[in-house]
Amino acid sequence: MIPALVTPSGLILRRFARHHMAVGASVVLVSLIILALCAPVFEDWIGSGVDAINLLDRFASPSWSHPLGTDELGRDVFVRLLYGGRVSLFVGVTAALSAAAIGVVIGLLAGYFGGWTDKILMRFTDGVISLPLLPLLIVLAAVDPAKLGFSGGDETTMGLYRIVLIVALVGWTTVARLVRSTTLSLKQRPFVLAAHAQGAGPLRIMAVHILPNLSSPIIVATTLSAGNVILLESVLSFLGLGIQPPLPSWGNLLTNAQELIWNAPSLAFYPGVLIFLSVIALNFIGDGLQDALDPRAVRE
Amino acid sequence: MIRILVERLIQSISILFIMSFVVYGLMGLMPGDPIDLLISADPKITSADAERLRELYGLHRPLSERYGNWLQAALGGDLGYSRLHAKPVFEVLWPALGNTIVLLGLAFCLSLVIALPAGIIAASRPYSKTDYAINFAAFAGISTPPFWLALLLIIVFAVLWGILPAGGMGTLGQGGLWENLRFLVLPVISLTIANVGGQTRYMRAAMIETLRQDYIRTARAKGLSKSRVILGHGLRNALIPVVTIIALDFGALFSGALITETIFAYPGMGRLIFDAIMGNDYNLALLALLLATLVTLLGNTLADIAYVKLDPRITDKAGPT
Repeated sequence: MIPALVTPSGLILRRFARHHMAVGASVVLVSLIILALCAPVFEDWIGSGVDAINLLDRFASPSWSHPLGTDELGRDVFVRLLYGGRVSLFVGVTAALSAAAIGVVIGLLAGYFGGWTDKILMRFTDGVISLPLLPLLIVLAAVDPAKLGFSGGDETTMGLYRIVLIVALVGWTTVARLVRSTTLSLKQRPFVLAAHAQGAGPLRIMAVHILPNLSSPIIVATTLSAGNVILLESVLSFLGLGIQPPLPSWGNLLTNAQELIWNAPSLAFYPGVLIFLSVIALNFIGDGLQDALDPRAVRE
Repeated sequence: MIRILVERLIQSISILFIMSFVVYGLMGLMPGDPIDLLISADPKITSADAERLRELYGLHRPLSERYGNWLQAALGGDLGYSRLHAKPVFEVLWPALGNTIVLLGLAFCLSLVIALPAGIIAASRPYSKTDYAINFAAFAGISTPPFWLALLLIIVFAVLWGILPAGGMGTLGQGGLWENLRFLVLPVISLTIANVGGQTRYMRAAMIETLRQDYIRTARAKGLSKSRVILGHGLRNALIPVVTIIALDFGALFSGALITETIFAYPGMGRLIFDAIMGNDYNLALLALLLATLVTLLGNTLADIAYVKLDPRITDKAGPT
């Protein structure tokens, strides 16, 4: 028998597989994503549209036609949860990626050029870190886009991109610091010096020689921050400042639940469970990736 | 030490100035302005009146000029009136700040009392069943949406069992101590759960890192018991990074308070900020946000001081970055 080849990616996979919580978390997250993507299928199958109001059938208990019952307007809770998942997961992933992109650029510039560039950029980063995040996000979310000269456009999609933008604007600091500190040590390595000696410009060195070596910390940090973003989005939407109804998100599904807490406590339950599941899954995956991608982490 | 403090002071003051300008600008970008509020209160105002009033109060002037005027008045001690409360802003802020400090202080102490031992226990037997259980609980705490947790607590303790109030605050001087404390129980619990997970993980990570050091092996080799090694030799060194991170987390604690206070209708700073922003109470929102920033900056400065004081190996020549 030929012994199996040990490739770097195979090694990473094997180390990841040893982290049972992370493997379980991946299964949970992938199922949630598939369910959310298949929302239209379930909508057809149940035969009750995501915005279909039926005032004669309010607060219905779970049944075959409504697997999780109906809400205060007689809309199907299950279908709304699935569509809400699309929005919440989309915001989580895109905002985390955009924040990571900003962080990578700032961290690379600060770490590679050093000196005054580094000093100014890092002071700026420190400043952003020390701001009270949530109150600031609330102010940002309350800004009227019309006063900034943006008008027209589809209100609901605007709301979606707006939340991605404001979360990305404050969420890049962790990645920036990670990238900076790793870049500082990488730029002294022989392979970077060799590239420099061959006449490669700073842009090429950063993009081709340094960035690929930064992938592990960036992947881990982005996974963890996606979980955070989902939490932030749910808080803002819950407070009425994020995703605007009728577009459902896991956060804004809970807004009404607070007022209806005496009549229909179960409405407050499901969206929170889904937020909890996806965030804890992302956290465990991030933890597993950290162990799998870090060659120094030896554990038996 | 003094060098770090002076540097911090200069940095903090500049952050406060920039923050005040940015927030002042953002407030102007929120829907409506003070004259719109007047119009909605009085249907007899014509558009000519509105223009005249805008002229009179200087609302047509450029942002930088308006900000300059505000800053001049603010530095002179005139911070304006709160629109919602019809009182000078500081008279509104002080009691709210006091309430928040009580809430945050209780939640902070409670979560430390849980997190530090839990982190130490997890680190002393890494990758054991106990460690997995503590880790899972910590992750669960981090991943729970704080406002949802608050809703669940209200459902269980106020709706189903009816043993604790769903929100608000007792009137001082009325009822016994327990009557007043009852209102604090649910907010403190929900804020504690929101914080305890992160702190446990910091403590665990720092302790594991410390227990790898050579001096720990030496302590073990000379025959000390496991608890002596961990508590006597490990703890003090492991606490250095933990204290720093926890102090840096002050801002997050404040954000948590905003959610908790809003849901439990607890009259603190967080709820004040939220209501002020939502109710176009410009003076109050601006000042409350600046105060929140100041508290966070103070936390960061404390982190720096603690870092130097706790670790004699760090000299003040090279400040922590």
